[in-house]
Amino acid sequence: MCGIAGILNLDGAPATGDLTGRMVSALKHRGPDARGLHVDGACALGHARLSIIDVAGGHQPMTNEDKSLWITFNGEIFNYLELRAELEARGHRFATQSDTEVILHLYEEKGDECVHDLNGQWAFAIWDARRRRLFLSRDRIGVRPLFYTFTSKELVFASEIKALCEHPAVSRRIDLKALDQIFTFWAPLAPHTIFEQVKEVPPGHSLCVDDSGHRVREYWSPSYEVASPTLSEDRCAEELLALLTDATRIRLRSDVPVGAYLSGGLDSSVTTALIKKIADGRLRTFSVAFESPEFDESTYQNDVVTHLRTEHTQITCTNGDIAQVFPDVIKHTERPVVRTAPAPLFLLSRLVHESGYKVVLTGEGADEMFGGYDIFKEAKIRAFWAAQPQSVKRPQLLKRLYPYLRNVQSQPDAYLQGFFRIGAGVSSCFFSHAPRWQMTSRLKLLFSSDVQGELAGYDVYEDLKSRLPQGFEQWDWFSRAQYLETSILLPGYILSSQGDRVAMAHAVEGRFPFLDHRVVRFAASLPAPLKLKVLNEKYLLKRAAAGLIPASVARRSKQPYRAPEASCFVTPDRRGRLPDYVEALLAPDRVAQDGIFNPMAIGQLLAKTRAGRTVGMRDNMAFVAALSTQLLIDRFKQTGA
Amino acid sequence: MDFSVNDDVRAFVIQNFMFGQGAQLTDDESFLEAGIIDSTGVLELVGFLETKFGIVVADDDLVPANLDSVVRVARFVERKMKERSRIAG
Repeated sequence: MCGIAGILNLDGAPATGDLTGRMVSALKHRGPDARGLHVDGACALGHARLSIIDVAGGHQPMTNEDKSLWITFNGEIFNYLELRAELEARGHRFATQSDTEVILHLYEEKGDECVHDLNGQWAFAIWDARRRRLFLSRDRIGVRPLFYTFTSKELVFASEIKALCEHPAVSRRIDLKALDQIFTFWAPLAPHTIFEQVKEVPPGHSLCVDDSGHRVREYWSPSYEVASPTLSEDRCAEELLALLTDATRIRLRSDVPVGAYLSGGLDSSVTTALIKKIADGRLRTFSVAFESPEFDESTYQNDVVTHLRTEHTQITCTNGDIAQVFPDVIKHTERPVVRTAPAPLFLLSRLVHESGYKVVLTGEGADEMFGGYDIFKEAKIRAFWAAQPQSVKRPQLLKRLYPYLRNVQSQPDAYLQGFFRIGAGVSSCFFSHAPRWQMTSRLKLLFSSDVQGELAGYDVYEDLKSRLPQGFEQWDWFSRAQYLETSILLPGYILSSQGDRVAMAHAVEGRFPFLDHRVVRFAASLPAPLKLKVLNEKYLLKRAAAGLIPASVARRSKQPYRAPEASCFVTPDRRGRLPDYVEALLAPDRVAQDGIFNPMAIGQLLAKTRAGRTVGMRDNMAFVAALSTQLLIDRFKQTGA
Repeated sequence: MDFSVNDDVRAFVIQNFMFGQGAQLTDDESFLEAGIIDSTGVLELVGFLETKFGIVVADDDLVPANLDSVVRVARFVERKMKERSRIAG
């Protein structure tokens, strides 16, 4: 796992390595073990290395036998041993033991189509010197980041935006459409990023630049063409377990020790149990506990530790810890966030790094693939109710939602029903997500009149509609909900702000068996009732994992990972200190100067939060979104990132 | 209708649920349909009414017919205040 960067001179002028070198330096946290630079004609490639596979021989940028191809690669190709054997059988000769070299030889063999054979998580650039052609690719789901921009003369790319910002021609002007998207969907819609001039290669896409111009091409997207059921439930569960076992097995390929995250929930318990089953022996696990019982899951974490006999290390996160690290977290997320949840994971990756580990397996992706999130249950109850709108009994099921949210549970029935009745009918594109998105959209009341004016002609929902796959409207509501979660929130928030960015801030690589594309394809082909059976989430996964994990964990209902929110920033820590940046960044003059928000609205929000009246989800999101936006502007303006 | 109740309710809703940005709010606009009150907001509204106007909001009162717009809330508060006066008198 590493950081990559590079520049291609579009006019063919010889490249120099100075700027690329500075870009690599900006990525040192991703790859502290080594750095590399190669200049070839119009192209400069750079690499910051976190050595995991072929520690001695995997130096990058790497070339092929005749030096006609050069690659800089961030990620892992988990099926590299199988691919290597096939390539060797076809006459390819390898100089190293690394997975990087496998990509090069596969590209020689198959060109741009090589990506179809890869099982892994990647962002790479291949400079094809003979054809004067640069090929960039990003993995199917969007585990690894890849940003780029065109200046007047160059294509500039990197793993993180802060590296692009080393280029003097890259502006940090905020993309207001992306801001609108984040303040609706919690994530920007790729290729948008929060900066107008910076784009990302979307998940499942490649970008090719040569003398004829540049082309962005989709090679994969999640599809929910449910196959007619041919397997029994038992056979489906067996098939799933076999796939997950193999996905975990190949994700243990590493020349350094591999650890695991434990949340106390089903998913990470399953991946950890599978690791123990495949490679019984010493296993280090890591988890976050919270001082506040409302968020803490350490009881369940300890059950798994005892059951699987792992060597466990835990960090306890306080409200003060979140406030303290939040500015650094935003420096790494490089986008506003509506939740503080990335902060404890930032602390966790620091713990992993300090424990001498570089790689962890986690349970990420199971909720999207197997219907674990409450949003699926919520939509199911709403759809059930919509079929008989006059029913008195059906809306009573709404009380089954969000059992861990006290404020929702104490809501009067009529209001609970009023809130969840939001949105058009079940057949509408965004039926499943309408309540969440409409609630989040209220945060835009915080925008300054200038920003509201600039966004007046922009319809964020129409923009999303224009990007949906053909036939989307004909899918059932469950498939549509899964697609929206998998294509927007997963890459744009879960795998980035809560994933790559906070893990790689401390040079820790996450690996995700549930996001193996074979598991993803299998899950997508399953009928919805095998995922959400009545209101039992991840039904098939629970069946497949029965016996692997403690009964207490298997039986418990889903509790999403959450962290304390707005109160962290206005409550003194144990030493009586308040974070000093909050007042400074939310001061009326500063808010007016930065121009995104209305100073009066921010003042009202801050006063309400200070008074301890920021109790609802929307107010908490508003505070975190506003503060993180102000922090982002500050970090990128002040330090040059 | 007592305009001071109306104004107080309106001011609370704008300040508390709309970050002070409520110039466009009409008195008969539905809080739920417009997304002004989220899934927990009505509890805040009830707390305000009980503290500010000294009324008691019973469980049966917690319905949109009483609490879903500025004008409905104002009428509800006035009715409750009258009931209280009758009992006290």
